[in-house]
Amino acid sequence: MSAPLVSLKGLRVAFDEQPALRGIDLDVAPGESVGLVGESGCGKSVTWLAALGLLPGRASVTGSVKLQGEELLHARPDVLDRVRGGRIAMIFQDPASSLNPVHRIGKQITEALRLHRGMDGPQARAEAKRLLDQVGIPDAARRLDAWPHELSGGQNQRVMIAIALAGRPELLVADEPTTALDVTIQAQILTLLQDLRKETGMALVLISHDLGVVADSCERVCVMYAGRIVEQAPSARLFEAPAHPYTRGLLGALPPLHGPRRKLSAIPGGVPEPWAMPPGCAFAPRCAMHVSACDAAVPEPVGLARNHRAACIRATIPFPQDQVAYA
Amino acid sequence: MIRFLGSRLLRAAITIIMVVTFAFIVLRLSGDPAQIIMGADAPPEAVDAFRTAWGLDQPVLLQYFHYFGAILQGDLGRSMRDGRDAIVLVAERIPATLALTIPALIIKLGLGIPAGITAALHRNSFIDRAVMLLAVAGFTVPSFVLGLLLVLVFAVQLGWLPSGGQESWRHAILPIITMGVGGAAVLARFTRSAMLEVLGQPYIRTASAKGVPWRAVVWGHALPNAAIPTVTIVGFMVGSLIAGAVVVESVFSWPGVGRLLVVAVANRDLAVVQCILLLVAATMVTANLVVDLLYGLLDPRLRNQPKRATGAA
Repeated sequence: MSAPLVSLKGLRVAFDEQPALRGIDLDVAPGESVGLVGESGCGKSVTWLAALGLLPGRASVTGSVKLQGEELLHARPDVLDRVRGGRIAMIFQDPASSLNPVHRIGKQITEALRLHRGMDGPQARAEAKRLLDQVGIPDAARRLDAWPHELSGGQNQRVMIAIALAGRPELLVADEPTTALDVTIQAQILTLLQDLRKETGMALVLISHDLGVVADSCERVCVMYAGRIVEQAPSARLFEAPAHPYTRGLLGALPPLHGPRRKLSAIPGGVPEPWAMPPGCAFAPRCAMHVSACDAAVPEPVGLARNHRAACIRATIPFPQDQVAYA
Repeated sequence: MIRFLGSRLLRAAITIIMVVTFAFIVLRLSGDPAQIIMGADAPPEAVDAFRTAWGLDQPVLLQYFHYFGAILQGDLGRSMRDGRDAIVLVAERIPATLALTIPALIIKLGLGIPAGITAALHRNSFIDRAVMLLAVAGFTVPSFVLGLLLVLVFAVQLGWLPSGGQESWRHAILPIITMGVGGAAVLARFTRSAMLEVLGQPYIRTASAKGVPWRAVVWGHALPNAAIPTVTIVGFMVGSLIAGAVVVESVFSWPGVGRLLVVAVANRDLAVVQCILLLVAATMVTANLVVDLLYGLLDPRLRNQPKRATGAA
């Protein structure tokens, strides 16, 4: 991997003393697309909100977040304001409530253009129109004067993407960008994000609870569980040879598109609460391959193949026959 | 817009008619004005003569139609006590009341809104707790208690300010403070909660995520949204400019509309009481109408949807 664009090291977040992130190490290379998957509450969104300093004041954040060598964690507000939207942009789950209801679409886009590209007046308006065209909003010139409540959820998400693109970011973090949308619109938005990444060369971090969404759109996938990354691998590799029992559990819960029908498996139990984390591997209480050594210490990620790492002491031993990977 | 305004005006008219009717009925039910004005010892013939002179001997329904017809012709009746036009009596008192309520409103806005915003922006900090402690104190203490407390301290103990009357501007200070503090407390609490609600919205995070400096997020993104609920309570305060000083005027012997109302009710001076109530209803309804129009101006979601626009009426 080339020199990382963004590098997270030992990123930890706690809310009111309760840990939400328990040490995240993640590099994102320029132009790369990375997927972040896991159940709700596993810390995927918190990771990037923390990286950009967008968490509320009661969150305590430690570790390191570097953007091409520049430390972002606890950086000065003016440094962060330049990075946010300018170098790293972020879009969110619920596009309807993510846009300010009392400002016109055009104003919300030109605000980003003014902040990051020094554009004003007719020039900014022309660029805003171009951005709306680029994200596939029909009749862009007229839409600039629309209010968010006059657009559909999918169109609002396109507007959010246009705002994100306004600062020509090197990284776009899309936090569950399609979760609140209809299935047909989901596919359109995901395709749009892929196309834009190719056009602009920006890197993309796609946060989703849906392994299928991530696998389709991303070159590399990180699986998160209880505030840690438990496995990361190139997408194809993850599907062919998942190493962590949790990843295997997630794949087992997906219906296969090809081959004979089979019974979908569910992972028993639930995610441990932050105040009741097991001493060792957080997944151990739900794990079919659990041995006593799992409870001794939090497992460190081990390299299994090129770019494939899993935080499981049993990752290197063969899986039992009934748990083979479902490709 | 025309339709919106038309329906609002119609509702305003209905509200005023209802207030007028209600006031008329309640006053007729609450004792015989002739007996009260003439005194308990007055000879029955004199009381009867008074009744005939003021039309109080007619059936109530007829009295009501006469009264209503007169209002439509702009005649609000005459005071039963000194025979002058009720509207003139009331109008004479309005400047004195406004001399208290307008400065008090400025204090409410100037103190309450910034205090609420500051508290919200420093949530759970020392500033927040201090502001909220003062606000709770300010709005739980009734205005007559606060008024008497201020008199005790600044008039009786320190002797800095007069305790009542209307001789100079110094007489206005304590009543203005009494009204201003209570209203500022209400507004501070209201503004704080409106602001906290807005600051928790996803679009505030979006603004930060696109690199808008925090000060601009507050001014450009949070305040315009927080203004929407706050306008309701400010509208109510503007609506009570004329009649909101009843208690304070009584405590400080300030000859305004509020004190006139108290005296007129005690005397069953029907025309004066009805005139004041009509005036109060009209100002309140007008303030509400303005609030409704402001909603449309502040919140694009409420435009073209008059059904969803809600007033505080």
